[in-house]
Amino acid sequence: MIEGLISYKIGGQTLWITTTHVSQLIITIVLIIVAFAVRNRMKKAEEVPGTFQCLCEAVVEMLDSMVITNMGKRGRKYCNYIITLFIFVLLSNIGGIFGLRSPTADYGVTLMLALVTFMMIHYNGIRYQKKEYWKGYLDPFPVFLPVNIISEVATPVSLSLRLFANMVSGTLIMALWYALMPLLFRFVIPAALNVYFDLFSGAIQTYVFCMLTMIFVSQRFPEE
Amino acid sequence: MNISGQDLIYACSAIGAGIALIAGVGPGIGQGYAAGKGAEAVGRNPGAKGDVMTTMLLGQAVAETTGLYGLLVAIILMFVHPFG
Repeated sequence: MIEGLISYKIGGQTLWITTTHVSQLIITIVLIIVAFAVRNRMKKAEEVPGTFQCLCEAVVEMLDSMVITNMGKRGRKYCNYIITLFIFVLLSNIGGIFGLRSPTADYGVTLMLALVTFMMIHYNGIRYQKKEYWKGYLDPFPVFLPVNIISEVATPVSLSLRLFANMVSGTLIMALWYALMPLLFRFVIPAALNVYFDLFSGAIQTYVFCMLTMIFVSQRFPEE
Repeated sequence: MNISGQDLIYACSAIGAGIALIAGVGPGIGQGYAAGKGAEAVGRNPGAKGDVMTTMLLGQAVAETTGLYGLLVAIILMFVHPFG
């Protein structure tokens, strides 16, 4: 579970640097190093690409086409954010397999990611739908105003809880297995569990998170 | 046997956590239904296997949410002890 490493005080409140922060920092640093490597390689891009260049181009092309097919032409602006989100969340989710504590198994991280989505949804709503956006709150009768507000607030909450609960359940089951099983069962057998809970579940939830973000945001785009 | 109030709260929390996991029934039925429909769709149109697969997994992952809420309630009852 989450462990505090260093404590500090702000305004009489004791706060902790936890294992979540450390693993998030490690993931960020790895991503930055990879980004610099890719940049160096792409500066002298060749007509006939080598292995590394091929790999980078394939990944970017795949994710780019995923965003464009889901969000349409206006989605091009969001490619940067969605691809960054995808790679970060994917690395966070499968971090458990490298011995990190998945940062996404901490509610603070997923709530922040979902709040960014929330801001994007309402920014696009106000910008593109204008009157329709405000009228949407009084739909179908003005009496439904509180219900509509609750349903808007529920979007980021359910988005973040979905990712968080999936990762926590995976982490917890793995921790329980390693803590409770006799020594003999701690080798080989958990490999299957690791593949399911860390790799499969993590990849699916990354895809779902990005997909729902794209769908919610593109719903607010104007009709073509 | 002496049972203090604290023990009673812990025992009831454990029972509550067990009951909360009944929530797992719903998503199980829903995911199975989605998988069955997915198999039907692939049987009818094997060419669209990739698309059917992605849509099915997306729907299943969303349907899983309610079950995970039950799990969250259970985890909170077991480890956070909100009542004691």
